[in-house]
Amino acid sequence: MKTTVCFFLNGEKQVVKVEPSRTLLDVIRKDLGLTGTKKGCGDGDCGGCTVLIDGMPYNSCLVLIPKVEGKEVTTIEGLAENGQMHPIQQAFVNHGAIQCGFCTPGMIMSAKYILNANPKPTEKEIRQGISGNLCRCTGYQKIVEAIGSLAGKEV
Amino acid sequence: MGILLDAVEKGTLFNVVGKRVPRVDAAEKATGQAVYVDDISFPHMLYGKVLRSPLAHARIKKVDVSRALRLPGVKVAISAQDLPDTRHGPFIYDTPVLARGKVLYVGDPVAAVAAVDEDTALEALALIDVEYEELVPVFDTDFAMSPEAPLLHENQEAYIKTFKAIQKGNICSRTTFIEGDVEEALKRSDYVFEDSFTTQMVQQTPIETNGTVAAYDISGRLTLWTSTQAPHLMQIRISDGLLIPINKIRVIGLRTGGGFGGKVEPKTQIIAAALAQRAGKPVKLVLTRKEEFTATSPRHSSKITVKSGVSREGKILARTIKAVYDTGAYADDGPGIAGFGGMMSLGPYKIPSYRIDSYCVYTNKMGCGAFRGFGNPQAAFATESHMDMVAERIGIDPVEFRLKNVLRNGDLSVGGIPMPSVGVKECLEKTAKAAGWGKSLGKNRGMGVACLQHISGVLSSSAIVRINGDGTATVFTGAIDIGQGSDTTLTQIAAEELGLPMEAVGIVAADTASTPYNWAVTASRITRTNGNAVRLAAADAKRQILELAARFLDVTPEELQIMEGQITVKGSPERTLKMHDIGGISHWATRGPIIGNASVMVEGHKYDPEKVKGFPFGTMAGFVFGSHIVEVEVDESTGRVQVVDAVAAHDVGKAVNPTGVEGQIQGGLVQGLGYALFEEIVYDEKGKVINDTMLDYKIPTALDAPHITPLIVEETDPGGPFGAKGVGEPTLVGTAPAIANAVKRATGIRIKDLPLSMEKLWREMKKL
Repeated sequence: MKTTVCFFLNGEKQVVKVEPSRTLLDVIRKDLGLTGTKKGCGDGDCGGCTVLIDGMPYNSCLVLIPKVEGKEVTTIEGLAENGQMHPIQQAFVNHGAIQCGFCTPGMIMSAKYILNANPKPTEKEIRQGISGNLCRCTGYQKIVEAIGSLAGKEV
Repeated sequence: MGILLDAVEKGTLFNVVGKRVPRVDAAEKATGQAVYVDDISFPHMLYGKVLRSPLAHARIKKVDVSRALRLPGVKVAISAQDLPDTRHGPFIYDTPVLARGKVLYVGDPVAAVAAVDEDTALEALALIDVEYEELVPVFDTDFAMSPEAPLLHENQEAYIKTFKAIQKGNICSRTTFIEGDVEEALKRSDYVFEDSFTTQMVQQTPIETNGTVAAYDISGRLTLWTSTQAPHLMQIRISDGLLIPINKIRVIGLRTGGGFGGKVEPKTQIIAAALAQRAGKPVKLVLTRKEEFTATSPRHSSKITVKSGVSREGKILARTIKAVYDTGAYADDGPGIAGFGGMMSLGPYKIPSYRIDSYCVYTNKMGCGAFRGFGNPQAAFATESHMDMVAERIGIDPVEFRLKNVLRNGDLSVGGIPMPSVGVKECLEKTAKAAGWGKSLGKNRGMGVACLQHISGVLSSSAIVRINGDGTATVFTGAIDIGQGSDTTLTQIAAEELGLPMEAVGIVAADTASTPYNWAVTASRITRTNGNAVRLAAADAKRQILELAARFLDVTPEELQIMEGQITVKGSPERTLKMHDIGGISHWATRGPIIGNASVMVEGHKYDPEKVKGFPFGTMAGFVFGSHIVEVEVDESTGRVQVVDAVAAHDVGKAVNPTGVEGQIQGGLVQGLGYALFEEIVYDEKGKVINDTMLDYKIPTALDAPHITPLIVEETDPGGPFGAKGVGEPTLVGTAPAIANAVKRATGIRIKDLPLSMEKLWREMKKL
């Protein structure tokens, strides 16, 4: 039995009619065609599918679609504006914080939450903040440096 | 060689090589625009799923897919009987596309379906009837090598082999390296020490699982969009597996979300292709994380015994190695891994006499394969732990002991290959200085060191550089960027050679329909081996550019140079042509478009057949070196080890992109940390993996990773592009022994069996 869910995705109103057992991740990727959010495990372990719901980070593979009724969902596609990368995206590029790139969208969404919640995070706080986002390539250091470079800046 | 050396000497003149340029693929990845395989879909695309064996060792009495085919929405259901009777593999052709006759591990693919959606495909799997007759499973290499063990591959003599494999029973390959009279040298040694070690099975765990979309058209042409490290190698395996000629197979490598060795050999590609052949529609087959953990090709577990003869002065005079690599159900890269692990097991030290015996053995676990280091992490854990144990027994500082024995420029590798650039001494001295080796540390803290060697040149590659109509250039390479940064470094190499700014060079990577052959992104070989092909192709294009420009400037080509896209007469800067003009002239007026190309092969050295037996590789080159020093803190009450600081130096020849090199060092070291401390695929007594989620198989998080100081050592290689060697794999090789050595120095406890888990250390600490 399909259900209708209305929410805002990167500022745009969406009305979807889907099975209530579908996950937010699945609906974003398959029904709405935004494939920037990645599925690494589907179990909520890797953080690859991190999106912001009303500004808070969630593993979208664990969020059933009815839960976002009326909420604002932000994905990696919602950060760049007018063809310009968001400062966090630019910092990741500049600091060499990206290798295979598969964890990057989720990592950047977590970074946005960290910096919004705590504009001047310490290295420890950054590491704690991204500890739910697994990266197998970088060893995390350049990611931590990229996020740290934005401390005190408007993001 | 002359051209290469010349450029190395002009090292200070580099415009693009050696610069910290941002990666050319970074922006698309930062914004979510990068396309990975699961991001691809087509109208009417079907979804594939694989039925896997529930048993570790059994004869297949019957497979019947007819009930599955009757389920609405199911379009294809196949088992081995629907496929050509083939086997494939990199060294020994022992792997069927779907299990044939027998299943050899829990997870072995038995049948596959394609259906309109994933749920229907999963439902269909449950309708496939398979009858098995259980056989005695073989889980341990000691049992596998005993005469009582049942043979896993009953027909192995008949398998095609790409080398002279030395086989016996379940031993699928044995490699031996011999130099000098080792028994005599051991007798003459003042001390002889022997230690035994074991290492565990670990999984690559790329954050993107393996996956493929395959399509087959009415003309019999197959196209794959896939997550892979090796599009050209994949063509060969599909051709061998399904008997389709290579010219009808197109493999498009998409952005690959990490590989680390786990995406070299086929996981989904041949099955997806077989389904697509029958479906007449594209089929997507993406592995679940559980499948990734239970049915791919992890790093071999091993048992290694090291014996060294040492003089009173601390010189190693002799070494013997017996290494057993558990390759699981299928050989995969195992013969190469066991052989190469054996080759690396002297470490970066000059040891005049040795005998190395390395075995690759079948058991009823998933088939193990390449994983960053290719047999070397196992060998290095054993031998570098042993180095510290020897140093302690003879009362020499571990750094000093290593310095007494390190290789120098011009020394020979195991197998006798000359090594022109050996930076291990500098790596060790630099790490010791940066880490403050010898300084006093706090309670429960210890510092540990390990050195390493690896290779970065093997087999063949090719490249094309095209000069476009506007004077920009495009590189065509078969090397795929799996995250290691090859799109960027190969662009830098071409730009440097052509005299163009980085922005004027584009790159097309890894589509077998348009890019020339590259064996695989593996063996840390892309910067050096593929880099040579790209550099020579750019030099070929440059020669043609200068010949054409010389006609218009009334000089000889030798009198011309290209700088920042301007062609000028040396000494007369006013006499110029723009690259833009050359592009235009060649496309529209005279001569025709300029295309440079090059093919390279690492070759030359021949092994002495009396000294090297059963080794599946030809010659190797680009020997690289490194040293890791870590500081650990051990929690007395729990046995938990935290790596609090790490310094790693790597001799990379020439760092084409220093930021990229640092990223490799930091990333490799943290993978090595996971290998050292907690990663382990655990099997139950029935041969089933019990930790098949990322919750139960833990890889390091940002909180586990220490701050890492990467140090770049540039002992330039005359055979590498601008002196460059490789760096991908060796960054992991030294970490585990450095950590084990640090734990010993912190606690007095020597752990000889990986992983160095909390529980293991806690139990040992309780004994003290």
